[in-house]
Amino acid sequence: MIAALSEVEIDYPRGRALGPFSLAIAAGEIVALVGPSGCGKSTAMRLLAGLEAPSRGEVARTPGRGETAVVFQAPTLAPWLSARANAALPLELAGVAHAEAARRAEAALARVGLAGAEGARPAQLSGGMAMRVSLARALVTEPKLMLLDEPFAALDEITRRALADDILELWAEARPGIVFVTHNVEEAVYMASRVVVMTAGPGRTAGEVAVEGPLPRPQGYRITQGFRAQVEAVSARLAQGMAA
Amino acid sequence: MSRLARAVAPFALIALLLGAWELACRALHVPVYFLPPPSAVLQAIAADWPSLLRSAWNTLSMALIALVVASLFAQGLALAVGLSPILERAVRPLAAVLQVTPVVAIAPLVMIWAGLDHAPRAIVALAAVVAFFPIFSGAVTGLKAADPDLERLFDLYGASRLQRLLRLRLPSAVPYLLEGHKVASGLAIIGAVVAEFVAGSGGAQGLAWRILEASNRLQTARMFAAIVILGLLGATLHAVLQAAERAGLAWWRGR
Repeated sequence: MIAALSEVEIDYPRGRALGPFSLAIAAGEIVALVGPSGCGKSTAMRLLAGLEAPSRGEVARTPGRGETAVVFQAPTLAPWLSARANAALPLELAGVAHAEAARRAEAALARVGLAGAEGARPAQLSGGMAMRVSLARALVTEPKLMLLDEPFAALDEITRRALADDILELWAEARPGIVFVTHNVEEAVYMASRVVVMTAGPGRTAGEVAVEGPLPRPQGYRITQGFRAQVEAVSARLAQGMAA
Repeated sequence: MSRLARAVAPFALIALLLGAWELACRALHVPVYFLPPPSAVLQAIAADWPSLLRSAWNTLSMALIALVVASLFAQGLALAVGLSPILERAVRPLAAVLQVTPVVAIAPLVMIWAGLDHAPRAIVALAAVVAFFPIFSGAVTGLKAADPDLERLFDLYGASRLQRLLRLRLPSAVPYLLEGHKVASGLAIIGAVVAEFVAGSGGAQGLAWRILEASNRLQTARMFAAIVILGLLGATLHAVLQAAERAGLAWWRGR
């Protein structure tokens, strides 16, 4: 177990945002969190990241400082920094020497397929490339837990499919625990070994579907019977959860 | 064709208006002390050129010194306020009161404090007071304008207050600072001229004094000459800072 929420609830002044909700992430596991908009998926992510404390319930986390990485919906890059400096930021904040941080940032950029674009500013990059810089920044600390909050939301279909495969291959190298938030059912089934379906807000668990098949996904996985069946199973749970 | 027309349009309008003015003055036999024709203003500029230039430099240099002083104070205070929310609460009402107080109202006081023999000091101080606010409020806003997700990222990696300030808040504030300085430069000129008017002729030799002096002698064309130079000065300074802002933003954004 690398991070766990047990019976957490979050109350904001405008009302309940989440819970009661429980979720445990095992080391090296990819869990997809699916639910309708406003069900508290992003709130659950902030709890898992340790960025927020629950109103009730408990959060347990084993990763130390710098061992959790978050990728947001938008690339969230600093426009005044080059791709290299953006990717090096977590190391710089941890006090890693400048040259060493730059070297590791370049290695991380190469891993996400951005070798040669180190000096480019975010404004000079396409949406997909900017998202890759964001991914490199998350990978640069060799995290044990990666939280991906709808990272493909702003990308076109071709780019999101390519990035999905790349993320799975990167995962296979170091096997961090990954929590992947999305409202796209196919994407959830494709990316994860376990899909947790949430109800409409305040989100509770509506069900859980274990996804069979190898990770990273082999070619043509999207058109296999198993994939289609599991997408339907998750969709059914989601529909139940929204009706409930 | 359209590019040429766009470039020429403002000058064409100016020429047209000046021509109408000149013709009207001649046709209606307007007395020169009431409204001199543009040709007379041009003659006055040519005749007074050396002293006008000296006065323009006087006003400009005082406005620039005031801009530097205001910039240092405003950014220093904004940093302090950015580090301490309680200080911000303490400063804000005072800053607002000082901001809405017209500079002419406090000018006589500052004149007394600076000493009647040191009019330039008072002028710089007053122009700095006027130039202070756009920079200060821009800096305070800018220091809070960082992307909230980037702020979360800094939380996530346990950044210190100083790291957050130097690596996130200050760089995020750059566009606001550029804008603040651009607005402040225009205000510094206005502040300097207003302060010169209050100071009167005592030691201050700026453009406002040229206007006052000519006014006392009913030399209306010379008043216009000083006003024209003042307008050109303001427009030039604004254009320079506009270009600086554009270049600064391009550098900041990398495009």
